[in-house]
Amino acid sequence: MANPMRIRATTSSGVTEVKALMSHPMETGMRKDSSGAAVPAHHITTVIAKHNDKVVLTAEWGAAVSQNPFLQFRFSGGAPGDKVAISWTDNKGDSRTDEVVLT
Amino acid sequence: MSMPVSITRTLFAAAASCLLASCAGTPDNVPVAGVDPAEARRAAIAASFEPKGQAGLDRLEQNDMQRICSEYEGQSVPNELAQQIIDAATAAVVFPADGNYFGDWRKGEWVAKTGTGLQQNDDPTQPSGGNCYACHQMAAEEIAYGTLAPPLDQYGKIRGTSEPILKYTWTRLWNSHAYNACSHMPRFGEAGILTEQQLKDVMAYLFDPASPVNLSAQTKP
Amino acid sequence: MNRNPIQRLLVALILTVPVATVQAREDDIFAEYRAMFGEDNPAELVEMQGEELWNAARGPKQVALDGCDLGLGAGVTKGAYAQLPRWFEDAGKVMDLETRLLFCMERLQGLDVAALRKQPYSEQGQQQTDLESLSAFIAAQSRGLPIAVPQSHPAERAAFASGAKFFNFRGGPHDFSCATCHSQDGKRIRLQSLLQLNSVEGAKASFATWPAYRIAQGAVRTIEWRMADCARQQRLPGLVHGSQVAIDLITYLGVQANGAVLTAPGLKR
Repeated sequence: MANPMRIRATTSSGVTEVKALMSHPMETGMRKDSSGAAVPAHHITTVIAKHNDKVVLTAEWGAAVSQNPFLQFRFSGGAPGDKVAISWTDNKGDSRTDEVVLT
Repeated sequence: MSMPVSITRTLFAAAASCLLASCAGTPDNVPVAGVDPAEARRAAIAASFEPKGQAGLDRLEQNDMQRICSEYEGQSVPNELAQQIIDAATAAVVFPADGNYFGDWRKGEWVAKTGTGLQQNDDPTQPSGGNCYACHQMAAEEIAYGTLAPPLDQYGKIRGTSEPILKYTWTRLWNSHAYNACSHMPRFGEAGILTEQQLKDVMAYLFDPASPVNLSAQTKP
Repeated sequence: MNRNPIQRLLVALILTVPVATVQAREDDIFAEYRAMFGEDNPAELVEMQGEELWNAARGPKQVALDGCDLGLGAGVTKGAYAQLPRWFEDAGKVMDLETRLLFCMERLQGLDVAALRKQPYSEQGQQQTDLESLSAFIAAQSRGLPIAVPQSHPAERAAFASGAKFFNFRGGPHDFSCATCHSQDGKRIRLQSLLQLNSVEGAKASFATWPAYRIAQGAVRTIEWRMADCARQQRLPGLVHGSQVAIDLITYLGVQANGAVLTAPGLKR
């Protein structure tokens, strides 16, 4: 099971701001290890963020996003008690979902 | 790799005297009776390191210059000691056997820009760089330069290529202590960091009119 | 090409960029980067792992580390990092955070820490080691507090004096000492600004930001890691983890930094 992500979500004046720190090596597939062999690509390919059950953000990531990605975005709406969930899937089929409750 | 005999003996002596004085709990760096403090310091330093890659414990053995310069770091070196360092450095400079100071400036540029070589994790079969840009400004086109040492831009253009200036520059590269006792500049020739050919390439980088060092930024198309 | 005089003048002006501007631009880039992160720092993920490790019953003795005395009493984490390194009676030596953590893991939990001692830090791309995660967590518990590395025990004072002396130790094929790069104010290597670490101001600016998430490494690195990496760049042999030289240097830096507010874990290049 992949390492947890840290999500912070704050809502004010009808706008919710979400910050997420994800733990992922984000290997491009082009880096060579000490023996000269290429380290296989291992990176997040899709990110989906939901506010309660509504999708508010989708992202398709590739090799250009660096290790331990930091994602920040805003959406309109959000009230205390609502859930914000962020899910990612990577090229090896691994995935992770974490959620927070808005206060 | 085993430690030099003198250090092993000192450690043994220190341990023995520690046991006799029943100083279990005495920290390593509080003086112990009967042990020469300088030897104890050398032993403590040696015990704090381990051989790694191409870097062996012999690298911790200080020569006279290193010892004196460590002691007087940040202060002015007493004249007698400074002169001792300058004289020793001057006497040991090895000039090119064929009398030719210049190699290829393009290779010299590589030496100036390359910062690897002689570290634990470096491949000892690969050539070392001189990492000149870590400390010196050189070619105007290169803005990623350090400020720990004097700028060298337009070096050859300003100074010309008379025999005395070539000799001076070569000596600076070989062992800067010949002109500045306790200089922070590495002894690229004397310590064997760069080969004679690499030093010649650096000389070309400094002096060749076609070298970027001697071009002003505006002359580039 | 035929350039008009005004163009030539502009080119000349642009190309004679003064040193200060180049310097400021470099630092600005990282200031911007930090501003984007705001309060956040990838180090938080590592702190969370460290907290789990601290609270988990581990090893043959199946106890958590809440019995570990980091200098302020068993289990007290708040403020502990700010007053390390210090003398520990039960160990008979001055210890920094990492050596103390290994001591507790061995003594309290019965864990075999030989492997960690040999390889305390993760390689690039690997998961952070237990030592790194625990260090991040404990350091975070001192965030916002003033550094207060003690000098009340003779061994603590001796460590400071030895550290100050080793700072000037020139060795290796390049004759480098810490002083070679860190004894002047306002200098830089290539475009990386250097702190004067034998000054109170420089030591404060440095010590307060370690451990830190090193962006280029993609990992949290500790001050002891940094000392070992300096030794590598100085062309010295490997700095032994928990060695006297390592502890002395960290003590020297820390004592000079006393009074500065810890902002660690920091965010660095």
